Order: sequence, then C-alpha cells, then structure tokens
Amino acid sequence: MTDHHIILPEGSIEKQTTTLNLGPTHPATHGVFQNIMELDGERVVSTEQTVGYIHRAFEKIAERRPLYQITPLTDRLNYCSSPINNMGWHLTCEKLLGVETPKRVDYLRIIIMELARISDHLICNSIVGVDAGAFTGFLYVMQYRELIYEIYEEVCGSRLTTNIGRIGGFERNFSNTAFTKLEKFLKEYPVALGELESLLTRNRIFMERTIGGGAISAERALNYGFTGPNLRAAGVDYDVRVHSPYSSYEDMEFDIPVGKTGDNYDRFLVRNQEMWQSMRIIKQAYEKVQSFKGADAEVYHADVPEYYLPKKEDVYTKMEALIWHFKIIMGEVDMPKGEVYKSVEGGNGELGFYLISDGGRAPFRLHFRRPCFIYYQAYPELIKGAMLSDAILTMSSLNLIAGELDA
Amino acid sequence: MAITNEQIEQKLTEKFGETVSHFEDTFGMLCFEVQKEQNLKLLQFLHDEPELGFTFLTDLCGVNYPDDKGRELAVVYHLHNLVSNIRIRVKVFTAIDEPNIYTASKLFAAADWMERETFDFYGVHFIGHPNLKRILNVDEMDYFPLRKEYPLEDQLRIDKDDQMFGRG
Repeated sequence: MTDHHIILPEGSIEKQTTTLNLGPTHPATHGVFQNIMELDGERVVSTEQTVGYIHRAFEKIAERRPLYQITPLTDRLNYCSSPINNMGWHLTCEKLLGVETPKRVDYLRIIIMELARISDHLICNSIVGVDAGAFTGFLYVMQYRELIYEIYEEVCGSRLTTNIGRIGGFERNFSNTAFTKLEKFLKEYPVALGELESLLTRNRIFMERTIGGGAISAERALNYGFTGPNLRAAGVDYDVRVHSPYSSYEDMEFDIPVGKTGDNYDRFLVRNQEMWQSMRIIKQAYEKVQSFKGADAEVYHADVPEYYLPKKEDVYTKMEALIWHFKIIMGEVDMPKGEVYKSVEGGNGELGFYLISDGGRAPFRLHFRRPCFIYYQAYPELIKGAMLSDAILTMSSLNLIAGELDA
Repeated sequence: MAITNEQIEQKLTEKFGETVSHFEDTFGMLCFEVQKEQNLKLLQFLHDEPELGFTFLTDLCGVNYPDDKGRELAVVYHLHNLVSNIRIRVKVFTAIDEPNIYTASKLFAAADWMERETFDFYGVHFIGHPNLKRILNVDEMDYFPLRKEYPLEDQLRIDKDDQMFGRG
C-alpha cells in the first residue's frame, strides 16, 4: 500500500455543513436568482439571497421620461402579466390627471387584466407542477396561454411586452376578431383548466411534495408584506380589487379564494381558484360590453385630448393632429403637481406606483412597489429545515419574477 | 366605524404634539411629516394603538429634494390598516450630510430589504438595521445613484464609440 494522503484544507473536517451556490443561472430556478445555501446533507440550514442581477434602474430612467415612455418600462416588471402593469400605470396617470374613464373602457380593461392574471397564474401553477416532476401539464397549457396572447395581439399588436392601452383607454377599439378569439378562449379554456386540476390537485405525488412545504402563518405573512395569492393562501382575504376597487371592479360579482396554511399546496389551490374567478369576471365584463348599444358601443377611450394620442390617419393628414401627436410623444405637455399612490392587484400581489410630480414633463420621482421584491425576503424563513428540492419548489410557488424583483 | 383622516390627525397631534406636522389630504390619502427622532415611536404607536391599527407596511422608499436645504432626503412610508382599509403616508426628512434614521425592520420584517434598497439608492443610513448593505447595485459602488446630483447620461454626447453596437 502506498502512502498517499489527500490533504484537506484546515478546518474542513470540523465543518458540518456544505455551502452550495444555487444560481444565478441555475436551470432549476426560473429566472436569475442566486442563493448561497448552507446544507446539512440535503436539508437547508440557512440561505442568503442575492438579487439585482438584472437591475435596470427603471426608477432613475423614469425621471427623464414623459408618461407614455414609462409604459414600456412597466412591461418589463412582471412580464408574465404585463397588461396589468401597463394599466396600473395608466390608472396612476389618470388619477394624477383627474381623468374619468367611460364604463365600456373599464370593462374592456377588466377583460384584458383578467386574461393577464390567468396567463400569469397558469405559468406559475404549471411550473410548480414541473418542479414536482410533472412536465406534461406545463407543455399542455402553453397552447391556452397562446390563445390569450393572440387576443393581446389583436388588441395592441404585441404579445409579451404588450405596451397596451393609453391614458384614458385603448389605442383602438376591439375588433370583431378579438371578441371571436375571446369567445373561443372562454369556451376552450375551462376544459383545459379542469384537466390541469385533475392532473395535479388530487395527485398523490404532487400532494405529498407540496403539502406543508414553504408554509407561513398569516401573521408572519402580513409582517413580511405579503400580498396577492401568497397572502390569501395564508388565510387573509386581502385583494386590491375588492378593497380599493379600480376600473369598475365594484360592478363585478366574484369571490376571493383563501387558503389556510400558506404552504405550497394552498398557494397552488388559491391560484387555481382565482383562475376560475377570473373566468367569471371576464364573462360578466364581456356581457356588459355587449350590452352597450349605438354610439356607446364604439367608445374605447376617454376624452382627454392633452394625453390621448390622435388617430394615425389624422396625424398623417392634418397639421393640428400632428402637432398634438408630437407634443404628447415628446412630453411637451406638463403634468399637474401632486403625489399619487395607486395600486392594482397584479399577478403576484399588490403592484403599486408612487408618483411624485413637480409639474414638469417627467416624474420627479417614481417608485414601483414590486410585490415579489417584498415577499422574497421571507424565503429563508420559508425553507429553513426543508429539503433542497422542496426549496426549489417553494421558490416557484412564490411566483417570483426576476424582472419585477430587480426593477 | 372606521376612523377618519381628521380623527387620525387629532390623535397623533395629541400624542406627538409639535413633532408631527404638515398634515394634508392628497387624493384622499392622509399625508404628514414626523421629525426623524420620533419616526420609530410614531410607527410603533400607529401599529399598536387598536383604533389606528396600521399594521401593514405597504411601501417604503426614499426621495431626494436637492433644493430643500437641511432636509434633502426623505423616507416615505405607506402604511395600510387592512381592517378599516385606510392608507396613510408618513414622511421623514433628514439632512443629506447626516442621513441617519431609525430602522423599522424590527417592527416590520418587510422593511428590511426596502431599507436596504433606500440605502443603496439614496445612502440613507438606517440605525439598528441588521444587515445594511447594497442590494440591487454592486457592492463596490461608491455613490448613491438615485440622488439628483447624478444626472442620467446626456443623450447628445458624442465622445462615445458605439460602432460595435451598430450605432456608429
């Protein structure tokens, strides 16, 4: 026998835990997340998150941009449901400018926002399935997200980063094709959602993987600033759509699903139920949209010439329209002074816009309240003592979106 | 019966006297200032007093007012009473050469990262914060980018070579 010895670094024998760098670009984490974990075998002892890998300084950039140039920035926050961000931003501007939107616009906005919520929850829930080992559901529901994207495309021309809508309404009326596609979606989607549910909800493997993992009590969740489905899964029925209704949500009849334990399984169930509720809301909103007759049925924006872009045909043929177009795009119209906080129920929580205007062309200060930046802080507490694979599952069930986290 | 903005104002003036000021109603939301030595006491009072019950910290961010001498930096708290559904906005001003404010992270776990973010962008030093280091920017950064003294890049600059990016 030879006398070869492996020389170990000083102190490495005494060290009881392993340090693992998970991320920033790990295939198991959906997005740019880095976690430095201390592991005891496969159990997580502690973790420290590093964020900011895709920080793009939106708040600084926004200080030089007029209102419409900020809309594309909001697209890139939670890019799974960008229409909600766009409309949240336009609602903030409308609050500052004192614009009243017609009812038809509100209902059309509700349709788009609830479609966005469905696409957001659909991705999140099916990704939870993927991390628990069921890839089929994720691939299967993609074609239903596609139906939603086709509706966006019909309304605004783009799919992922939508830049949808204008201050006071939409850039154009919904075409008949858009409504046909909406009807198709309303008809086909419930079947697929039912199938996704039957694939996962009572699946033994899925239940055992998710029940009890990443649980948080209602009290801790509130202290950590949880909002949205994550808070509701812990049993608190806080929903911005009901507490401070915007865009005529008060006219809609819907329930807020709540969970009990705040674990991964409850978060999954709450999101699933919310999709059913969103379907309910869309149906009601669509009925209301159809009930408008005559000239009312053609209304798709409020009358705010200072901020609503004139029609393209007019811009190309009339001098006044061209001037207004230029003034709006270049931010020649000054905003009124004031401070506004407006929040909407985003896909993963309360998305807030805090806008300070000093009466100039661009905001003096714009702060985004990004829900996942706030609740990601709780991650070490959620996964303490859990298996590494459950930590991954917990991360996806929190619906973290890197773009929103880092702003 | 939900408490009104006037009642909140009255209650706070009774308790804190001169240290709370500039009450105003902006778009239905009560907004006021508190002296920086009192910020934690005020937040605790708002949190604990059963009639007020502002137990949810919605948002915390910094603002820079470069022209306001002696109070260049502000920290803005948005608090929410979830039971009566009332929101308020509390502002704390501080001088830029002495940006020390007590941390609220013991009271609200949510404040931890939001204070780190405010430190990162505005250099507000939160006294008693457990882990006050940069969060979104790189650790080596030696300035606070969201302060107004750091302008955005001049769009008309000509000294930059963009040829590699097809914009030569």
